[in-house]
Amino acid sequence: MNKEIIYSMNTAYRGEYIIQGYSFGSGDKAACIVGAMRGNEFQQLYICSLISKKLNELENRGAIVSGKQILLIPSLNYSSFNVGKKYWITDNSDINRSFPGNPEGQATSRIAAAVMEKVSGYSYGIQFASFYMEGIFIPHIRMIETGKQSNSLANQFGLPYVLTSKPRAYDTSTLNYNWQMSGTEAFSVYSKYTDRIDEESASQAVSSVLRFLTRMGIIRYNCHAGFISTILDEEELLNIKSDKSGGFFRRLVNPGDEVVRGDVIAHIVNPMTGENVSEIYAPTDGIIFFCQDTPMIYQNSVLFKMIRRLHN
Amino acid sequence: MIETVVSASMLIGEVMRVKKNHLSPDFPSGKEKRLSIVSGLHGDEVSGQYICYEVIRRIKKDFDKLTGIVDVYPFINPMGLEAQNRYVPVFDTDLNTLFPGSTEGTVGEYTAALVLKDIVGSDICVDIHASSVYMKELPQVRVNSDVAEDITPYAVKMNTDVIWVHPSSSVMAGSLAYSLNEVGVKTMIVESGVALKIDYEYANQIVEGLFSLMEFMGIWKGTVNATHIPKIAEDKNVAYINAESSGIFVPAVKHSEMIKKGDILGYIVNVLTGSVEETILAPRSGMIVSLREYPVIEEGSLVARIFGGANE
Repeated sequence: MNKEIIYSMNTAYRGEYIIQGYSFGSGDKAACIVGAMRGNEFQQLYICSLISKKLNELENRGAIVSGKQILLIPSLNYSSFNVGKKYWITDNSDINRSFPGNPEGQATSRIAAAVMEKVSGYSYGIQFASFYMEGIFIPHIRMIETGKQSNSLANQFGLPYVLTSKPRAYDTSTLNYNWQMSGTEAFSVYSKYTDRIDEESASQAVSSVLRFLTRMGIIRYNCHAGFISTILDEEELLNIKSDKSGGFFRRLVNPGDEVVRGDVIAHIVNPMTGENVSEIYAPTDGIIFFCQDTPMIYQNSVLFKMIRRLHN
Repeated sequence: MIETVVSASMLIGEVMRVKKNHLSPDFPSGKEKRLSIVSGLHGDEVSGQYICYEVIRRIKKDFDKLTGIVDVYPFINPMGLEAQNRYVPVFDTDLNTLFPGSTEGTVGEYTAALVLKDIVGSDICVDIHASSVYMKELPQVRVNSDVAEDITPYAVKMNTDVIWVHPSSSVMAGSLAYSLNEVGVKTMIVESGVALKIDYEYANQIVEGLFSLMEFMGIWKGTVNATHIPKIAEDKNVAYINAESSGIFVPAVKHSEMIKKGDILGYIVNVLTGSVEETILAPRSGMIVSLREYPVIEEGSLVARIFGGANE
């Protein structure tokens, strides 16, 4: 394992700020893995720590294929973790909305530009990302439909689902989009949680990455074959909303649960009277893909995203 | 007439409402031109609150002079304004990246979709901003180069010092202005002052501009006191000065001052050692249209913008 500096800058009060990268093996730029960009991405950082340990072990026993190099950047944003902020410490900007970046721009833009330079040229790019809505997912690979995405390669991670989505306005400033545009096969891996550690889904994410690296001929590692992924278009997911009222969100189902049309899947409770103010029903048969994970919700919030007419 | 444009129950006991004041002649013919004035997309930008108040007050005072429709939307992000939060509270999302929005989305996207729908049909929209806490801005109109030809005849009426024509590639696709221009509502952004404060001189300058614009649109027959003739700037006329060290910025010039190439703009100082880390020089002659307001800076922080000729 070699440690290298991805970017460094001086700060007014925090001394030198250094983003570290860790490389394993040597030779062709085979795969690059990027972790937490926001200060609440604890699960993403945790997964990277597990991958780092595993790749180090594999390298020590000669299991990284000769002529292949893997770069791991566990986090671009240590400071936001340290001060309990989601976005960049000094100006609240989002590194994952700053790509491809500008080396003469503001700090997050400079970080994005420096990272872009370091991570370009890799055959495969893997990012542990978080969704803009806070909640729990079925672990999946998310691909932005840039025209360059490869669903069949995404399948090689062996996670239950691959989700494709049309680019939103802000997607063009994400690492994933710019990685794809620069010729790298880029994948965003979504684990179950973001702001808390979940050992089971972290372990699943690590296995999926090792499985992918094995299948791409970058490491030698025996692992379970995983799933043959079901490919979903984000637009096919059904949003279930709190359209009548806000209040306490008493959730009765979890991601991965199969539901039948008419099932009560949540209650919205009036925080003053304790009465149910609305019941949320499954509008069709299917599987819960995403759910909000907050104690209370606003009216018109997306509570669940559901895969229609699919069975476990 | 006060109308509610968006309404959603909050978590506990409160309802978020985006409202507008629909000002229309008593006996409209149905063929009136319509101006929409939008403010408070960013909850820390409060200048627009005073501007909306003053515009409505003056119209009501001389109501018989109004010959068209003026819709004033003072607070698109009401909870952000209450909470002194630039973004949508709880979601921590910039509302001005979520347009065109979606009625299927979260509170921010839902608000964006309904606000956009309500403004569509206007002939002109003015989106009033007030910079950020970091930079103080000279009153300026910002327009996208794609639509500059159509909008500039209206923008010159806004009584600002500068009209800044941005290359369309740098305009955020998720902004209200972008979305409105896409659907044919001529929209310009007005920036002035600094967040969290009202600069009454600048705000009144913009109020005069709005009445001048209304007169030009043929919807106001009352008094107009616009006195400023704006200079039109393209990107090549604007120099960005970013810090190359971290520390405290001590300015050596005043905002909106004329300076010469090589003049000292300010110093970045180290508060522990008492030394000057960097002396920042003007890269070109011109006027300081933006100057750092929040003094704590890091490498890459924007310190000033100078509007002058092309790079010398």
